[in-house]
Amino acid sequence: MNLHMASQINSFLAALVLLTAFGMLVQKRIYGLIHLFAWQGFFLSLNTAVVGFVANKHHLYISSVLTLSLKVVVLPYILHVLINRLRIRKEVETVVNIPMTMMIGIALVIFSYHLTAPIRELSTLITRSTLAVALATVMLGLLMMITRRHAVTQIIGFLALENGLFFAATSATYGMPLVVELGVALDVLIAAFIFGIFFFHIHTTFDSLDVEQMAKLKESD
Amino acid sequence: MTSSMMLLILLGMPLCSAVVLAFVGDRKFAPEINILGSAATFAAGLGLALEVYMQGPMLAGGKFFFVDAFNVYLSVLTAFVSMTTAIFSRRYMRREREHGRVGHVGMRFYHAMFQLFIFAMLLCLLTNNVGVLWIAMELATLSTVLLVSLYRTPTAIEAAWKYFILCGVGIAQALFGTVLLYFAAEKVRGEGGEALLWTNLSRVSGSLEPTVLSLAFVFLMVGYGTKVGLVPLHNWLPDAHSEGPTPISAVLSGLLLNIALYALVRCKVLVDGSTRTHHAGYIMMGFGLLSIIVAAFSLLRQKDIKRMFSYSSIEHMGIATFAFGLGGPIATFGALLHMLVHSLAKSAIFFTVGHASQMHWSQDMSRIRGLFKGNPLVGWGLMFGVMAIVGMPPFGIFTSEFLILTATMKDAPYLTPFLLLGLGVAFAALFRKVQPMVAGDVPSYQKPMKVAHLPVLLHLILVLMLGLYMPDFLNVWFHTAVELLK
Repeated sequence: MNLHMASQINSFLAALVLLTAFGMLVQKRIYGLIHLFAWQGFFLSLNTAVVGFVANKHHLYISSVLTLSLKVVVLPYILHVLINRLRIRKEVETVVNIPMTMMIGIALVIFSYHLTAPIRELSTLITRSTLAVALATVMLGLLMMITRRHAVTQIIGFLALENGLFFAATSATYGMPLVVELGVALDVLIAAFIFGIFFFHIHTTFDSLDVEQMAKLKESD
Repeated sequence: MTSSMMLLILLGMPLCSAVVLAFVGDRKFAPEINILGSAATFAAGLGLALEVYMQGPMLAGGKFFFVDAFNVYLSVLTAFVSMTTAIFSRRYMRREREHGRVGHVGMRFYHAMFQLFIFAMLLCLLTNNVGVLWIAMELATLSTVLLVSLYRTPTAIEAAWKYFILCGVGIAQALFGTVLLYFAAEKVRGEGGEALLWTNLSRVSGSLEPTVLSLAFVFLMVGYGTKVGLVPLHNWLPDAHSEGPTPISAVLSGLLLNIALYALVRCKVLVDGSTRTHHAGYIMMGFGLLSIIVAAFSLLRQKDIKRMFSYSSIEHMGIATFAFGLGGPIATFGALLHMLVHSLAKSAIFFTVGHASQMHWSQDMSRIRGLFKGNPLVGWGLMFGVMAIVGMPPFGIFTSEFLILTATMKDAPYLTPFLLLGLGVAFAALFRKVQPMVAGDVPSYQKPMKVAHLPVLLHLILVLMLGLYMPDFLNVWFHTAVELLK
């Protein structure tokens, strides 16, 4: 595989990651969201493996396998189980004003390209052009967390944001040192258990996973 | 005993206690194990400090850990406050349990997570790897999230959810900043784990790419700034600190905020070395000053006692952040001292507040009355704690705030009025709210209770002592740290 082609594949996968991020922004069904999230993880893991192969960085294979098992298998599985247990599979969320959200999303992508421009110039890696996409994925995850009112969708937004961070590490530096990658993966796994417990607590206390009801704590006058 | 041995005990002790307490945390003797574990951690911390005092900064565990003048005193402080909190929590949690607010599983969970939290904070302080620093910070958040919702009330769950989401998102920004830092470091240091070691980075910070580092600092500032509780990233803090069990409020306010500020300052040193400008400092000063003013005015409106003191924590973290941003030997010295004395005074206040709210079974300030007569230790402890926290001489906070004010008048005189305004409003607000709670007659619904004397007294005496006399070793460390952070 020559360098030019590798960078083409890399850009293509980055585009797919960004596409899934936008897909999540408009997806109303929770079930569909989890699938999109799994696909994003899959593209990410594939991309990591390709970069690892081209750059001859073996520790990226480990990251790739880690991403595949964690983001494509374990986390979607946990979310599935939780949703079945809590019987919210059919729940369709009303997303406010999709066109507006999309416009903000596009603005965020442009902003990400603008922000990472100086770094792109400094970098010599073949993956340098995808750093902007990585930052955009982070921002879109953030946007999703802001615009959604369901606890599960907020968590998926959070995990998508984490995907973006992982992507950023691969594109800016060919991945963080292995000890850091492993630690971050461990933290994500712990977080998964915590939000699992949380869903049950919220469900039993508020009878639904709509986070709008949680608005008691604010400054009273 | 070698120093790396000491380090191993210091980090291993809380981890082992966490595992043991996960199984026996609901037994009758569990609080004692909790205290013993924390005491052993504290002893190891003292040993390590002695070692560092005699022999200077050290690297251990294949450069993975390092101890210098900046993190050694914070480690000892962390171990000390967690020990006194464990002592306080023995009586406090027993009463909560008698009242049926926590069950068996809750107690096991509480004890295990308390120790895991201490481990995470110590790892944050002692690690040399900027990436591991981030991981430990996230672990510290995760281990306390479910402690905030321990009582399972709707408000507690809301507070914990907010804490989880806002801190999770905030700290994710810090990870992006760390990635950028690694990107810059890799160019100078080459690849691999070595490139993220702080000791290596600080040596070559002059050759790190300034544009990348100033971008990285923005992300690090937002990320760790969320954890410090700086305005406008502070929304989670008053909720999380007021809804959880009081021992957790004490360690969150007293220790975790310090740790996050520590992480931020470590990163600032690298950024300053690279950019050779004062931009990072200006950003910190802005966030700090805004936090002081907003928190001081928010103090006036509070009705819940724990909520009020969490706003006071935001104010004090603002002061320390402002001082670190201001830079210069006097302000930095003041900020280092401020982190120490605020931590001691604030946790002492939370101990008395915990007892006071248990005596009335309410955190509503209009229901807490007659503490002087009801229980002199709680009443006077709260009174002296508040006197210390608002910066009355001769307490240590007066010294640190005085140093910071002096430095402000010298380096940024036009900001002094704002600083004074914040301090003045906070002073007035806290005194106005605390006065009716301590004075007056005992209300009929107040229940007498046994309280933990030792933690409150110990903390207040230390704060008083630090205001009157600065021990030699602390002086040496602070001066070394000031050199380090220049």
